[in-house]
Amino acid sequence: METMIAYKPENHLTLIAKVEAFAGDRLLGREEKSHYHQFKVKGQDAKGLIQFLRDDPELGFAYFIDLTAVDYLRYPAPQPERFGVITTLLSPLLGIRVQVKAFVADGDPRLPSLTDLFAGANWTEREVWDLYGIEFMGHPDLKRILMPDDYEGHPLRKDYPLRGRGERGNFPVYHATTQKTQGGG
Amino acid sequence: MYSYEKEIVERDENTVHMNVGPSHPAMHGTLRVKMEVKGERIMNTEQEIGFLHTGFEKLGEHRSYNQFITLTDRLNYFSPLSNNIGFALASEELLGITVPRRCQVIRTILAEMSRLADHSLCVGAMTMDLGAFSSILWTFVEREKLYDVFEAVTGTRLTSSYTRVGGLAFDLPADFEKRVTAILDSMDKTLDNLRDSFYQNRIFLDRTEGIGVITKEDAMAYGITGPMARASGVPYDIRKFRPYLCYNELKFEVPLYKEGDTLARYKIRIDEMAESISLVRQAMKLLEPGPINFEDQKRTLPDKTSTYGDMESLIHHFKLVMPGNDHGIHPPVSDIYSSTEAPNGELGFHLVSDGTSNPYRVRIRGCSFINYPILGKLLKGSMLADLVAILGSFNIIAGELDR
Repeated sequence: METMIAYKPENHLTLIAKVEAFAGDRLLGREEKSHYHQFKVKGQDAKGLIQFLRDDPELGFAYFIDLTAVDYLRYPAPQPERFGVITTLLSPLLGIRVQVKAFVADGDPRLPSLTDLFAGANWTEREVWDLYGIEFMGHPDLKRILMPDDYEGHPLRKDYPLRGRGERGNFPVYHATTQKTQGGG
Repeated sequence: MYSYEKEIVERDENTVHMNVGPSHPAMHGTLRVKMEVKGERIMNTEQEIGFLHTGFEKLGEHRSYNQFITLTDRLNYFSPLSNNIGFALASEELLGITVPRRCQVIRTILAEMSRLADHSLCVGAMTMDLGAFSSILWTFVEREKLYDVFEAVTGTRLTSSYTRVGGLAFDLPADFEKRVTAILDSMDKTLDNLRDSFYQNRIFLDRTEGIGVITKEDAMAYGITGPMARASGVPYDIRKFRPYLCYNELKFEVPLYKEGDTLARYKIRIDEMAESISLVRQAMKLLEPGPINFEDQKRTLPDKTSTYGDMESLIHHFKLVMPGNDHGIHPPVSDIYSSTEAPNGELGFHLVSDGTSNPYRVRIRGCSFINYPILGKLLKGSMLADLVAILGSFNIIAGELDR
């Protein structure tokens, strides 16, 4: 019987030492959470760090858990940039989770796509593009996923109102044709 | 503007475009798969989702923590209690609250019972999709009994909203243990029936064995969790990874299969149901009288009977439920990722708090959303009829997929 992946908090030391040696000055900060560590980097550095986490034989963060974003427009604590793209990974080898928070500037938010590292990033990145308007460079099929294709705006941004911008009233109305069907229809 | 004409693309003259869903009896909710088929073989697929998009994550930023629990019912609507518990645990982790012992035991029991309800629907619907009709009736009878108990406990069958931040809405009814024990005994027999009818069934095996194989590497790269991942040999279960509630006191094995095919995904759900039955039986022995809510009434809603009965509780109640920033629960300015093992996999909540009574951001890591994309890869090159078998074994719930 294969042993289940179990949480091993002592392995955090290995992780921190390796990441700090790899990233050096590019690391904007590190935060200890209840059971994982969050590493903060700039948008363009995130992919390199995540590739290192996945490919290093002593780390082995090969399990993709989640990719999401946060808009810090009205956040009380100061943040380096407006958007934070958060990737969560798990290492079956070390038995710990890790989070990489990549900060992306407002205006033309973009950062490299993770789709060639993790297949699971495909849909999650499309979701972040759809709801936040953050572009992932190198994504094979970056288009809307939850909202309709002709939707304008990115609804999870903090400057987007809860009730929308009147999109609902502007939906085209389709009327059923009143033609009678011929024959046995 | 959206137009169907745009979707007609240039194609090989031997292939035919086929559209399954969004409204189709075999599609388990509003899923749409566009396919290019050559004879009965699928050459290319594209999945389209979002038909049930409700904007839970946006709504969550405008609701208080306790109000959001009612929205979690609508995520995976076959196991609403699991979602309630997952969100309550995440917000308690944000607040730094540990709920009393009795509350933990009750949550453990109900989480496992909702796993039973969810899995029994999945195996029943899957076998029905493949042509067997009796099995869904057996499992629906069991699910109905479970829902009767959920109704007695929470007051509703589907939208349970049973947990509160730091506790539960109310305590268990008096005859709870007796009713649950009776269900578990009949559930055992149904599981035997499900094993006997399908494990040796030639028709069923032909449709499922070796069909839709997910490799271990693919499962990890796609982020697949839960029974689907364990059917592919990924030894990952959050109940073992980071035991929450009472799971570290209970003895249970996590079933694992190596094959990764549709049959393994069927078998693993049956095995997990057997484990859940044993877990509920063990957890019922831990039930002892005691408080169900966290004692600090500045952060936990007081018991409803005392709200009506004494002034202190009424004041606390109003302080917590009134809108505005002077009222409600105020977690510290921080963010947290917390996850539980829901019936379909890792149900994670990424909560960001800005110190006000509403969450700043609620990210729901729905298992269906992460588990679904691999379907396109599995379908490429397989037969049209396999779509139904593979999709049935995924147990994709549209509420959680589109959120």
